[in-house]
Amino acid sequence: MRRILPKLILGMVVFFGVLAPAAFPQTPANTTPVASPQVQDRLVKLEQQVADARSAGDNAWMLVCAALVLMMTGPGLALFYGGLVRKKNVLGTMMQSFILMALITLLWALFGYSLAFHEGNRIIGDFGYLFLRGVGAAPDADYAATIPQQTFMVYQLMFAIITPGLIAGAFAERMKFSAMLLFMILWSVIVYDPMAHMVWGKGGLLNASLGGAFPTLDFAGGTVVHVTSGVSALVCALYLGKRLGFPKQPMPPHSVVLSFIGACLLWVGWFGFNAGSALAAGSLATSAFVATHFGAAAATLGWVAAEWFRNGKASVLGAISGAVAGLVAITPAAGFVGPMSALVIGAIAGVVCFLMVTKVKGLFGYDDSLDAFGVHGAGGTLGALLTGIFAAKAVNPVFKDAQGAATAVGLIDGNAGQVLNQLVAIVIAWILAIVGTLVILKVVDLVVGLRVSEEQEVEGLDLSQHGEEGYNLEA
Amino acid sequence: MKKIEAIVQPSRFDAVKSALQEVGVEGMTISDVRGHGRQKGHTEVYRGSEYTVDLLPKIKIEMVVTDSLATPAIQAILGAARTGKIGDGKIFVTSVEEAIRIRNEDRGEAAL
Repeated sequence: MRRILPKLILGMVVFFGVLAPAAFPQTPANTTPVASPQVQDRLVKLEQQVADARSAGDNAWMLVCAALVLMMTGPGLALFYGGLVRKKNVLGTMMQSFILMALITLLWALFGYSLAFHEGNRIIGDFGYLFLRGVGAAPDADYAATIPQQTFMVYQLMFAIITPGLIAGAFAERMKFSAMLLFMILWSVIVYDPMAHMVWGKGGLLNASLGGAFPTLDFAGGTVVHVTSGVSALVCALYLGKRLGFPKQPMPPHSVVLSFIGACLLWVGWFGFNAGSALAAGSLATSAFVATHFGAAAATLGWVAAEWFRNGKASVLGAISGAVAGLVAITPAAGFVGPMSALVIGAIAGVVCFLMVTKVKGLFGYDDSLDAFGVHGAGGTLGALLTGIFAAKAVNPVFKDAQGAATAVGLIDGNAGQVLNQLVAIVIAWILAIVGTLVILKVVDLVVGLRVSEEQEVEGLDLSQHGEEGYNLEA
Repeated sequence: MKKIEAIVQPSRFDAVKSALQEVGVEGMTISDVRGHGRQKGHTEVYRGSEYTVDLLPKIKIEMVVTDSLATPAIQAILGAARTGKIGDGKIFVTSVEEAIRIRNEDRGEAAL
């Protein structure tokens, strides 16, 4: 209806302004009917108003989506991770999420957005948007033609916030607060900004629609967000070493209830993350919304079924972990696949991530405390690969031939090469994450030291790093 | 005077308390405790990691009674606390030398 109405009005204006005078010849016959200056004026105004209306709708949706994505970090991720640690570390863990909401915002405002989204070379942007110069109400048509670039900037900021937050799951319960801050600053600049630029930025190496050499399909950040953070998490877990007492001493989650609430908030927030990545309020957003939801549902059932079958019980922690795994896997695919493909991707992700955290982690013995790699690294890699298989031009005609006609997108369309492009992006993301994170860890280790002392680790991060306790039940 | 310490299942506590009141026990002290006997807890599984929880929540009831009330009190606890399953708890009985009421320094059985 919203789309029909402007056309209807336009039609009426054209009819009464142009055709009607011709039908009632007050003007001399045989001349081409020309709209009077006033009518032309009104036409121009009308077109402007139609564009403004579209922009208002898109902008309203995108601002809500930006808020939803921020909600994924705090309280979503903070609660999800906070519940999984022991109670002496609950505040320290929540702080790791929350402080990023402030810290990354500052970086993004000063130069982060510029490095990720201004033109530069194929790897990273330049300083054209330093201090957000020129990022205002005017849209950037290359990214999103109907919303102010400032909306696009703040929406992308929320992604830059949550991505390093995911890594915190691997170094939970043992990293110094100061080391964590320094690590996050460097990681955001060295790993996140280049990866975002390569996949989403103008002229990026992997950009699918703005002239990348290996056009990669990553709708909402399978490689940019989940592969980079998940793989970096693994590197952190290996470099930092195990928590004191792991795996002999029991370290059960202190509150699956908190994690449950966090996971539910993540699921809802993910609609902003994935459907919002359409960058407009049109049918593509709907399609991504549906795929996101379906992926989460199928993965929940996949994990629960696998766990029930193997362990004899369907746990709540399993159900919510499955949902997150599905949301991770559907993230790169959300705007490219249909509902049935989303169900398949979700179901595979649920089972694979279950095996990653229950079997593979045990085999290798690393202490990825909250399974950031098992869920985000594995789920993100899987999702990025499956996107190359299930992407369909009927859902999103992202590739076009010289005549502008839609061509095959994923393997099911017959474009087998796309799987290779996805692989290239995955390999680049893995290498960037491994090398970048190793270098950063080494630097941070030398400058401030990574781990808290043994005494502080036994005491807990809450008291040793922040001087407070999460639960003063006798107060 | 005898001191009776009974460690019981939390789910049986209310029944034990009523039974003790019925036989005339007038005071008791309750604490939430954790522990295990031969029962050895249960296992929990979080994302594939198995944890044996061997310290289970119990309730400890402490009371000091006159010698004549000791046997009925013990019978009351036995009757109310038993579910017949492993983990029902234990009762310990000791002799008490002296009891003193702080308010007015009553001593012996008068202080109970």
